[in-house]
Amino acid sequence: MDSEISLTVDGRRHTVAVDTRTTLLDALRDRLGVTSPKKGCDHGQCGSCTVLLDGRRHLTCLALAVSYDGAEIVTAAGLGPEDDLHPIQEAFLDHDGLQCGYCTPGQVCSAVGVLDELKQGHPSHVSQDLEATPEPSDDELRERMSGNLCRCGAYANILAAVREAAGRGQA
Amino acid sequence: MTEQAAAPLQPRSMGTSTIRLDGRLKVSGAAPYAVEHPADAPPLHAWLVQSTVARGRVSALDAQQALAHPGVVSVLDHTNAPRLEDTSNGELAILQDARVGFRGQIVAVVLAETLETAREGAALVRVTYQAEEHAAELRVDNATYRPDSVNPDMDTDTDEGDVEAALAGADVVVDETYRTPYEHNSPMEPHALVATWDDAGEGTVLDLVDSTQGVHGVVSALAPMLGLEPGQVRVRAPHVGGGFGSKGEPHSHEMAAALAARTTGGRPVSLAVTRQQMFALTGYRTATISRFRLGARSDGTLLAIDHQVFEQTSAIREYAEQTASPTRMMYAAPDRRTSHRLAVLDVAVPSWMRAPGEMPGMFAHETAMDELAVACGVDPIVLRELNEPATDPETGKPFNNRRLLDCLHRGAQRFGWSGRPAGARASADGEWWVGTGVASATYPMMVQPGNSARVRSLDGGRYSVAIGAVDIGTGAWTVLTQIAADALDVDPAAIELEIGDSSLPAATVAGGSSGTSSWGGAIVAASQLFRNDHGDSPDPGVETTASAAEDPVAEEYALHSFGAVFAEARVHRYTGEVRVPRLLGVYSVGRVINPLTARSQFLGGLTMGLSAALFEESYRDARFGHIVTQDLATYHVATHADVTGVEAEWLDEEDYVATPMGSRGIGEIGIVGTSAAVANATYHATGLRVRELPLTADRFLP
Repeated sequence: MDSEISLTVDGRRHTVAVDTRTTLLDALRDRLGVTSPKKGCDHGQCGSCTVLLDGRRHLTCLALAVSYDGAEIVTAAGLGPEDDLHPIQEAFLDHDGLQCGYCTPGQVCSAVGVLDELKQGHPSHVSQDLEATPEPSDDELRERMSGNLCRCGAYANILAAVREAAGRGQA
Repeated sequence: MTEQAAAPLQPRSMGTSTIRLDGRLKVSGAAPYAVEHPADAPPLHAWLVQSTVARGRVSALDAQQALAHPGVVSVLDHTNAPRLEDTSNGELAILQDARVGFRGQIVAVVLAETLETAREGAALVRVTYQAEEHAAELRVDNATYRPDSVNPDMDTDTDEGDVEAALAGADVVVDETYRTPYEHNSPMEPHALVATWDDAGEGTVLDLVDSTQGVHGVVSALAPMLGLEPGQVRVRAPHVGGGFGSKGEPHSHEMAAALAARTTGGRPVSLAVTRQQMFALTGYRTATISRFRLGARSDGTLLAIDHQVFEQTSAIREYAEQTASPTRMMYAAPDRRTSHRLAVLDVAVPSWMRAPGEMPGMFAHETAMDELAVACGVDPIVLRELNEPATDPETGKPFNNRRLLDCLHRGAQRFGWSGRPAGARASADGEWWVGTGVASATYPMMVQPGNSARVRSLDGGRYSVAIGAVDIGTGAWTVLTQIAADALDVDPAAIELEIGDSSLPAATVAGGSSGTSSWGGAIVAASQLFRNDHGDSPDPGVETTASAAEDPVAEEYALHSFGAVFAEARVHRYTGEVRVPRLLGVYSVGRVINPLTARSQFLGGLTMGLSAALFEESYRDARFGHIVTQDLATYHVATHADVTGVEAEWLDEEDYVATPMGSRGIGEIGIVGTSAAVANATYHATGLRVRELPLTADRFLP
C-alpha cells in the first residue's frame, strides 16, 4: 500500500509516494536518490544511516517513512556540500577521520548531534554528575559516538576531529 | 604491451602528508558506492533466498505465492536460471542444480519493482529440501585432509632437521594449543552491485557497478563461467566501502546478479546483500587450532619449532589458510616443522580476511614465545634478540631489510618497557590488574604480476594516468596520484587519475598489501617510458602504456616487513572485564608514501587486531551448520569507546629492492601480532594464560 508523504531534505521539499513498509532510509536513498546516508546494517546496529531529523541525530533505518510525514532532515550532504564543508567535515579531512568513507556521513551527522547534546547538557553513561553540564572530554566523546561503527578503525582520528570541533584543539 | 624496468623514484610528493583526494566527496556522502550509481533505467531489485539446510537437495521450490505478490516480477531458481558454461567454482556456480552445499547458500533470487516487494517476495518463496547428514564442526580429529598447497600457493608442510629429537634434548619445552575463532570481515558497506545485461550491440554485454577489491578479478572469474569474452564484461568500482579481503574475489551474490540481469531484457538489477546474509555469503576467516611446540636451551635460544595447524575448508570450494606461514621465517631454529590439515565441512566458503595466515598464526606463535620467555625467565624482547636469524630460515636468502629488533627497541623506548615487573600479577590499580605485553609482527612484501598503466598527456601540462586499481579506503586515489606526480616530475594537481574500471589497463587485487606496490610499479614504469618516448613537453594526446618488468634483484632476497606491538591491559579483578588503554605499533615497511593515510592504515590494523583480541567471534551452531551471530549486535567489533590509546609510528627508511617507490605495503601488518600483544598483557596483568581468542571476561574469572 502506498502513501504520499512530504519530507524536507537538506532544504529541499519533496513529496513522495512510499510503501507503508518503506523505511525512512530507503525513502531517502531509493525513492529520492539521496544517498549520503548509508545502509550498513539496516537494523540500527551500525549508525551509517544517521541523519539529523528535526534537529536531532536519528537512525533512518529503524524509522518507517510514513511515520515522518512533514519531517525536516539534514544529511551530511546538507551540512556542507563538497565545496563548502561544515567545520566538522573539515576536521574529519584534516585528521583523516575516514578511510573507506562509508560510515563517514553518519559519523559526521552523529558528531554534530553529539556536540549539540553536550551544549544542551544531556548526560551520558560516562557522565559522573548527571546534573552538571558535561564537558566534551575524550571519554564523553567516545561514549557518545559509540553508536557509529567504523570497520576501517578510524576511531582515533575521528576522535581528534570531533575534539577539534568541540573547541579543544589538538590534545 | 611494453615492459619497462622501473628506475628508483626520487620522492617529492611521496613522503608528504596529503589529504585524501576523495575526502571531500566522502565526508559529505557524495562519493557514489555501488548501488548508489544512477542506472540508465529504473533497476529491478533482487532479494536472495537462502537454503535452510546444510546439505541435501532442493526437492521443491514453490514460487507461486511470491509471484502473486504485487511488484514481484520473477523468481529465479535452479530450474529456470541461465546455464553456466563452467561450474568448477563451487561457490560461484549457483542455481545450476538442486544440490545444497551449505546452510545459507543461494537457492533462489526474487526480482521485484521495489526493495520492499522483493524482500516480501523472498519471504513468500516456499522451499522444501531432502536434507542429508552434514558435518559442520571443526575438531582436531576431523581435520585430516592435506591440501596440495595453502593460500596463495605455499607448501602445505615443511620439515627441516629432526624436530622430535631436538624437542627431546631441549632444556625447556612449550607445548600448547592455541585457538582463534571464526571471524567475519564485516566491511561497513555490505556487498552490493548493479548488473546490466545487454547483448544487443557490440562491446560490453555485462556491465557491473560493483563493490569489489579488484575489477579485473571479477571479469576474469565471471566471464568464462557466463560464456563471455573478458572484453564483454565491464566492472566499475570507483568507491568501495571497505573489504578487508571479503571483496577480494567475487562471491555468489555477484553471480546471482549477473544471472538475474540476463533474464530482464536489458533492465538493470540492483542487489545488496543484507548484513545478515553476509555472514553466509561473502567469506570469513576459518577458525584455527594451532598445536605449537617450542624447544629451547635454558637461556631461551630456540632449538626447535613445530607448528601443526588444524582448520577448515568448505566441501564446495577449497580454501586453505596459510596459518603456519610466518612460523617458517620468523625466528632462528635449526629443527623446524609446519603442517596444515583441514576439516572439509558442509559450510560456507572461507576466504581472505586481513592478513590471512599471519593473523591467526602469529597469535599462536607470539603467545608461545611469551610463554617461553616466562619459562626461561627472560625478558620477551631479549628472547626475540636471542633468536634473530641471520638469513631467512625458510629460503636461506638474505633478508632485504629485516629491522624487527629496531622496531622492538624503538617501541620499548616509546612505550616505557624498561622497569616492567618481570613477574605476572605484579601491578594493580584499584580493582584492576594491570600488565603489559609485546609481540612481533611480520608481513611478506608482494608485487603481483599483471599490472599495466597508461599515461597520456593532456592540455595545459596535465596528465591522465589510468590503471584499474581500486580504493577500498586505503588511500589509493591519493597515493597513486602522488606516485604518478613524482614519476612524471610534476605537481600532484597536474595528475588526473583514473581507477576503478576494468576498461582501464589491467590491475591486480587490492589485497595482500600488494596494491600500491603493484599498481605503483606499473605507473612508475609507464611514466618513465612516457618521458623517454615523448620527452618533457609532449604534445597533448600522446600516450604510453607499460607494465613494470620483474626485478631480478628482488628475487635474491627474502622480502618482508616487520613490526612490534606493545599493549597495556587492565583486567577487572571481580568481573574479568578487559580494557586496553594503550596500544602501540612500530613498523618497518620501507618508505611511507603518505604519512597521513598510512597512519590511518596502521591504526586501522591495530584497531582490528584489538577488536579480534577482545570481541570478535562468529559462533557456528554445528547442528544446523550456520553462523548464529549474524549481525553487528552479536558479532561484536570494536567501537569508539573501546579504542582509547592506539598509536603507530614507523622507521624512517626506504627499500628500493622492494619497489621503485621504496615502499613495501602496509595494509595488513597492523593486525598481525596485535591480539597476541594484548593476550600477553592480560597474562602479565593476571597470571592467567588465555590461549584462545577472544579474551572475553569469563576467561579471567576463577
